[in-house]
Amino acid sequence: MKVILSGNEAIARGAYEAGVAVATAYPGTPSTEILENMATYEGVYAEWSPNEKVALEVATGAAIGGRRALAAMKHVGVNVAADPLFTVSYTGIKGGLVIVTADDPEMHSSQNEQDNRNYAKFAKVPMLEPADSQEAKDYIKLAFELSERFDTPVFVRTTTRISHSKSIVELSEPKQRPATSALEKQPDKYVMVPAHARRRHPLVEQRIKDLEAFAEEFPENRVELQDLSVGIIASGTCYQYAREAFPGYSFLKLGMVYPLPKKKIKEFARQVKKLYAFEELDPFFEEQVKALGIEIIGKEVFPSCGEFDPGTAEQGISGAAGVEKKGAALPYLPPRPPTMCPGCPHRGLFYVLNKMNVFVAGDIGCYTLACLPPLKAVDTCICMGASIGHAMGLDKALGSEAHGRVVAVIGDSTFLHSGITGLLDVAYNRGACTVIILDNWTTAMTGRQDHPGTGMTIREEKTTKVDYVKLVKALGIKHVKKVDPFDLKKLNKVLNKELNRPEPSVIITDSPCVLYRRVEKGAQRPLLYVESSECIGCKACLQLGCPALEWVTLPVKESAALKKKRGEAFVNPTLCTGCELCSQLCKKGAIRKKDGDN
Amino acid sequence: METTDRVQNILMVGVGGQGVILASEIISEVMMRAGHDVKKSEVHGMAQRGGSVSSHVRFGPKVYSPLIKKGDADVLFSFELLESVRYLDFLRSDALIIVNNQKVLPPSVTLGVDSYPARLPEIMRERFSRVEIVDALDIAKQAGNVRALNVAFLGAFSRHFAVDENLWKEVISSMLTPKLVDVNIKAFMLGREKMNS
Repeated sequence: MKVILSGNEAIARGAYEAGVAVATAYPGTPSTEILENMATYEGVYAEWSPNEKVALEVATGAAIGGRRALAAMKHVGVNVAADPLFTVSYTGIKGGLVIVTADDPEMHSSQNEQDNRNYAKFAKVPMLEPADSQEAKDYIKLAFELSERFDTPVFVRTTTRISHSKSIVELSEPKQRPATSALEKQPDKYVMVPAHARRRHPLVEQRIKDLEAFAEEFPENRVELQDLSVGIIASGTCYQYAREAFPGYSFLKLGMVYPLPKKKIKEFARQVKKLYAFEELDPFFEEQVKALGIEIIGKEVFPSCGEFDPGTAEQGISGAAGVEKKGAALPYLPPRPPTMCPGCPHRGLFYVLNKMNVFVAGDIGCYTLACLPPLKAVDTCICMGASIGHAMGLDKALGSEAHGRVVAVIGDSTFLHSGITGLLDVAYNRGACTVIILDNWTTAMTGRQDHPGTGMTIREEKTTKVDYVKLVKALGIKHVKKVDPFDLKKLNKVLNKELNRPEPSVIITDSPCVLYRRVEKGAQRPLLYVESSECIGCKACLQLGCPALEWVTLPVKESAALKKKRGEAFVNPTLCTGCELCSQLCKKGAIRKKDGDN
Repeated sequence: METTDRVQNILMVGVGGQGVILASEIISEVMMRAGHDVKKSEVHGMAQRGGSVSSHVRFGPKVYSPLIKKGDADVLFSFELLESVRYLDFLRSDALIIVNNQKVLPPSVTLGVDSYPARLPEIMRERFSRVEIVDALDIAKQAGNVRALNVAFLGAFSRHFAVDENLWKEVISSMLTPKLVDVNIKAFMLGREKMNS
């Protein structure tokens, strides 16, 4: 049967068809839908792990037990999982172990655009890279076979344009796998004490040589000889772009991006006149081809930053000029960056933090958007869980200068991912930091996935739920306060008190994401409106940056007559959720609830 | 527009939450069932929080790239006025523009820092000869549910392609929850007819 699938859907389907037993992930764009789809298949154990390191460890355990296992993560998630990765490369596995890394060239939803092909070389683990959804499905199955044949974890790398593009896929039935699982003790293989690891390392080096030999025969490393004046080495979506731009040129399409088929590359280079490496981000192929003593053109004509498209191939290879703008006289188009939703429980907190003019050590989640105007209340964002360490470092380095002026903000899912150890440091090493856990009951940014604090599994089964107050106290934090983030006065009071405390403290803002699906219906709040005759146009409410609040400019004469400052606020009823943050800011009481129940 | 053996490039743009993605899913499914190779691409995650959204849909005998090259889109199918102008660079000079006559204010405009640009339809008409402006909200209202806006707008789009009407209806019915099917089919047909009048 033919269906249209995204790369992520195809990966899940491929793993299912390959008989995967255990699939794990922490959500992260562009990888999230892999596990969401895995959980829809019968007979697969799927979990949201607290972080990528745990995800890989659980998958590794399953593979040591002889079952097939998959761990999926975004590119930066591999950084978190890197510790087990480098050593499971030594131990190998019994059942197939596949790690999906979903890279994000262009940083559509990421903090950097690292090229994870480097991890394959660094950890000495083979890597496949599909170029569309059909290949995504096929390569997952190949990856499991390679993993078992060569006793190694195998990477499958996607990029955003593979994970989130859809194309046609032919489905097959899942394969029944013979039961090979068993608790089998093999300490010399799985206990990496130095004496054992020293014996494993040469096996890893030999494995890479064996894989190199395999790469020469691997049919997915495909030579397409056509016009021999130009040859292009490419993989993944880059192959598609170049093929689109130059359908007639010759190609070496690499399905396995590490290790490379050196003989095949030499042979291809001999056949074509001019050789290009067309690859996004790092010169990964280019450098290895150059090391073979072969002349190849790469980063001197193609960018190292951002994602490509067919135009990039044209510009780099035939020097085609970029597209001319259609008429120079386009008006200024106001940008449309992503924003926090109307009714978001984070908005009020960042409004208060902005007014307090404190330094906000930030973290990864929707709330990072509070760095934008008018809230402008996030001052760092580097990686998952980092906010607490940043606040601690500032506190220790600056002492009295930082005291009472630094807070860390971290979402519930991010705190459970990698914030707990940071907070442990604050408690243990007596930091005078205030840490705010923004508990919106879900992993909001990636599309509202469950986590250990939601009380639900990936399959929506009830499970145990973290008690943040008890957890934080157990770490050694004495002062913990829960607060409703829609009560601005209370928020202000609690923040002032905790910031000035010469001891560590935690504030938990407790209110569900406005898109949270488990809030009971009927809890609909009355919407707000601006009583036009009483709005003086002071713009105080607009400082919330709520998309439901609009500024309406009035003609000068009219404003003067109405004693307004050139305009008035307006609540867009199609966007308002009735959260009542804005009405708390209106000194004139001009923002009111509809239905007369003011 | 007759569907030729050349790959057709449809650039869909709008604002997060307008239903651009669902509409692009429907178009892709229809074109696959009509016998074409299909690819489509868009970004998820942070980019979707009320931000500018685009979806590239390509179909034809064999599609390689999931992305449309700048200057190569045959159709701009835009759910919002300002967003259409933002993507004009992507269009061929003979491109067709189908635009929903709706303004969604960007944050700097709601804050009163910038103003929403004026004369957007004229700007498009000065540069492109085929610009169709559709009041999709009005059509959806006539059909009985404003939330059927994207499918009403899809109706206006559908008449430009030589695809059986029943195929569109079949796919729409299969992709929506049963209780929303009737109103959406009604909206689709109103949108499709509107363009004929």
